[in-house]
Amino acid sequence: MLLIACPFCGPRDETEFRCGGESHIARPGPAETVSDERWGDYLFNRANPKGVHLERWLHGHGCGQWFNVARDTVSHRVLAVYRMGDPPPKDLTP
Amino acid sequence: MGYSFLRLAREALRDHTGWRPAWRDAEPKPRYDVVVIGGGGHGLATAYYLARNHGARNVAVVEKGWIGGGNTGRNTTVIRSNYYFPSSAELYDLSLRLYENLGVDLNYNVMVSQRGFLFLAHAPLQLEMYNRIVNALLVNGIDAELLSSDEVFRRAPLLNRAMRWPVVGGFTQPRAGIARHDAVAWGYARAADRLGVDIVQHCEVTGLRQAGGRITAVETTRGTIEAGAVAIVVAGHSSVLAAMAGLRLPVTSYALQAMVSEPVKPILDTVVNSPATGVYVSQSDKGELVFGGGLDLYPSYAQRGNLPVVEHVIAGLIEMFPAFAQLRLMRKWAGIVDVVHDSSPILGPTPVDGLYINCGWGTGGFKAIPAGGWLTAHCIATGGHHALSAPFDLGRFATGALVDEAAAAGIAH
Repeated sequence: MLLIACPFCGPRDETEFRCGGESHIARPGPAETVSDERWGDYLFNRANPKGVHLERWLHGHGCGQWFNVARDTVSHRVLAVYRMGDPPPKDLTP
Repeated sequence: MGYSFLRLAREALRDHTGWRPAWRDAEPKPRYDVVVIGGGGHGLATAYYLARNHGARNVAVVEKGWIGGGNTGRNTTVIRSNYYFPSSAELYDLSLRLYENLGVDLNYNVMVSQRGFLFLAHAPLQLEMYNRIVNALLVNGIDAELLSSDEVFRRAPLLNRAMRWPVVGGFTQPRAGIARHDAVAWGYARAADRLGVDIVQHCEVTGLRQAGGRITAVETTRGTIEAGAVAIVVAGHSSVLAAMAGLRLPVTSYALQAMVSEPVKPILDTVVNSPATGVYVSQSDKGELVFGGGLDLYPSYAQRGNLPVVEHVIAGLIEMFPAFAQLRLMRKWAGIVDVVHDSSPILGPTPVDGLYINCGWGTGGFKAIPAGGWLTAHCIATGGHHALSAPFDLGRFATGALVDEAAAAGIAH
């Protein structure tokens, strides 16, 4: 069981949350300048690292807020929690 | 020497002293025509069909652990081909047809048991959708049969008649069933070995070398191996291996859990799946109930899942079969599955010359082993696509020609 520290509500069980996948993905644009390959990469390709993953989580059965988590995908250890719009912690940036 | 009744009788008369290891634990050579990365079912089948169908004689399978120790040893052994789109139906039915003859082909008993795969409907609307799916399957040449609730209860008498959402019907694919997962890996390994394939275990790939846009060698923990062609066949670790070649994949790795009860006498002679409870279950030949459900829904390479999903799966199982509440859980485990947005595999060449990939089977790779191996071998041998693999090219994520089975076949991703 993951224990995730929601930045708004504090530590809660994983069953209150939903993972929204990789964070910090920038939408390319303007649209007419974006190739099919670049657009496909934006829509579908993911870093999917074995190790530190920067990801979005939703406290769906709580405050309803989105936030970022840095988590190790092998140990499942939550390494950092930070708000949407904030840059990832420097020491955890790939 | 082949396995046969006469061989068994002969060994019985001399206290079984004549059995030898079924395959050589090979040392890596400095160069191969083809190096297959990954000694699971798909990798071993790729090597076998390269040798058998295409006459390749200088092939190695390199495996970081032991063969069949990843998802091939961690699945729930179901084989079926009831997929919605024509391209998927052809792919998975090739696999099922190869499974039907696999024991004879490999001279190895893979214990295929075509006991049917029963989907439950808990609402009239769901049954209408099944009617549509059954029609699509029949049009695609896949066997399928719509069932009334009486027919469902006749096939699974222990099924709960007083569910919160009662069973109103279902459908079955009679040719579906289960196979012995370890035997599939071991059978392909033995058959490939007999055709000269080197199976190199405890040999982890640490890098992929290229020159002029072409793959030239794999770097491993047991030295550098030059290769004319390389195939990445590593399921949940596909993104990690692809990154060594500078490629990004539309793959996310998740833990998928499964579990078994203590063994009991025969009580369930078909595979039962309820998309509504998110649980499927069958009884193994040893008597254990083998069951599982959905993913642990956050990226993971941990090969273990968390308890909330276990609780959810068991709650669903007991709602379907209240009698199973008396059983003790014996083991649970997880495999790391490679989930793609359209829930269809990625097969064939990559942007790097000489580098091929077989991945993206997600939660359903075991049933696809023979076809995945057959088609990957064809792509490597010809340098292009087989008609059945072409729709599953990596390029579909740029063109948008997805094969969206997630929505169409109602499979549990």
